[in-house]
Amino acid sequence: MSDKVLMKGTEAIAQAAIECGCKYYFGYPITPQTELSEYMAKKLPKVGGLCLQAESEVAAINMTLGAAAAGTRVITSSSSPGISLKSEGISYMAGCDLPCVIVNVQRGGPGLGGIQPSQQDYYQATRGVGHGDLRLLVLAPSSVQEMATMTVEAFDLADIYRIPAMILCDGALGQMMEPVDFNSIPRRETPEKDWAACGHKGERKKNIVNSLYIDPQVLEDVVDERYKRYDIIEENEARCEEYLTEDADIVLVSFGITARICKTAIKAAREAGIKVGLIRPITLWPFPKKNIAAVADNAKAFLSVEMSKGQMIDDVRLAVNGKAPVHFYGRTGGMIPTPEAVLEEIKKLHAEINA
Amino acid sequence: MQKSKRIKIICGHYGSGKTNVAVNLALLYKKRYPSAKVALADVDTVNPYFRAADNAKELESAGIHPILPEFANTNVDIPSLPAELYSIFSPDSDTVSFIDVGGDDGAAALGMYSDLIKECGYEMIYVVSKYRPLISDPSAAADLMHIIEEASHLKCTSVVNNSSIGAETTKEDILASLEYAHKVSEECSLPLLFTSYYKDLIGEIRAEGERFFPMKNVTKQIF
Repeated sequence: MSDKVLMKGTEAIAQAAIECGCKYYFGYPITPQTELSEYMAKKLPKVGGLCLQAESEVAAINMTLGAAAAGTRVITSSSSPGISLKSEGISYMAGCDLPCVIVNVQRGGPGLGGIQPSQQDYYQATRGVGHGDLRLLVLAPSSVQEMATMTVEAFDLADIYRIPAMILCDGALGQMMEPVDFNSIPRRETPEKDWAACGHKGERKKNIVNSLYIDPQVLEDVVDERYKRYDIIEENEARCEEYLTEDADIVLVSFGITARICKTAIKAAREAGIKVGLIRPITLWPFPKKNIAAVADNAKAFLSVEMSKGQMIDDVRLAVNGKAPVHFYGRTGGMIPTPEAVLEEIKKLHAEINA
Repeated sequence: MQKSKRIKIICGHYGSGKTNVAVNLALLYKKRYPSAKVALADVDTVNPYFRAADNAKELESAGIHPILPEFANTNVDIPSLPAELYSIFSPDSDTVSFIDVGGDDGAAALGMYSDLIKECGYEMIYVVSKYRPLISDPSAAADLMHIIEEASHLKCTSVVNNSSIGAETTKEDILASLEYAHKVSEECSLPLLFTSYYKDLIGEIRAEGERFFPMKNVTKQIF
């Protein structure tokens, strides 16, 4: 008999957070991620934790900042418009070098947009969430199991590098149900939080958590120091899955739910004799540039498949660096690409290459 | 299922498989009683994506009338109910109606109709799954049933065991859920109607003294 349970993606994130010692959740409801808050509301009080529905997203992210500054494991979640509201607080957390996990269950935008799934917050997550020179670690799960695994990974990485980590998923992954096994999730060793402002009891110097620096030179030094950590993350933590790329003429690049759709299309294309493979970025920042650059030595064309008007394609182009043309296929508005439509794009490209 | 009860409500925890059970039961009923007027009402006010509205075409082609919220599967994020829902509670109606309810206290949507439903005569099927963490303990499952009853102002009349681990479910997983199902039935003081499973995944399944309901998986597939 299996040790697995059947869960929604949002529930899997919540349970994984609890399993790795997170006791604090601050959020504000928004479709399609409210089940995450609901799960926390039911479970956290039972493990001595706290789930608090704040008066707004702005309040929720600042409560998250406070809990992180006190050295606890803390998580907040929202969907696209709510993340925009949280972005000021996220920048403050980056400026305070605070670890936390932020979940974005993306929905269609811009503006109020819609409640159906999207991947239109790629730029926001990897480039522009909040002001200032800052990075978030961005993880992109592709299954409900990965929603759990990557939540634990996000907590560990956030603690190791003292950086806010984001789980960038979408409404479909959040709502769909798949088997999850919580027993075999890998863990990393994380350092003591000797910087936490949690009461010195007169036994040590006080810790201050702060993002304001009066002296410009000191601020520059702090930012430079942080960027050295970013360099280490870029060097060590970029991850992707390569699927049938070895002999591929056409390489699809796709993350999250669309990568699953691409795999179905690739299987069909392979049956039709077209050599096609997939690179699925698991970390969106750091972006798996090296893997894409290596595959670009032999590939004849790339196809970025996204639920957006084309955002990740910029990173794909930078990684391919002109070695092959990079094409795009995407849907927006909450419309999910079908495997058949992706297969059509592959066939078109195949015909172009062989023309 | 009780033929005398015209209103058949399917309730339960989020993700316990209510929609699959509701759609499959409606299809079975129509097959068994081809001359009966059968409707399936989607009154889920909490789930934005996976719902009975996804199965409208299939239901229609089987001769079952789908009653859907006007804005199901759109970007309208309000808990609206289909206006047509009132028609099935009319004393003149002879339509056998399956009502697919939202998870947990989403059953509150039924509360406003509870007097009408009681007048029509109803059965309310409580769907449970051993593999859903928040109800994997039989007493937690019984607690949730009381929450649903309170929210809906109605009483459950039977339990259905729909224990599933999705596409990875094995025959052993289902057999291992039987003990759980009987404990839930005992804790809820309600009869266990049957244990359901996806026939394409499992094939035939038998166990002494147990009733099984082979179902077709009607959940919308994305990839």
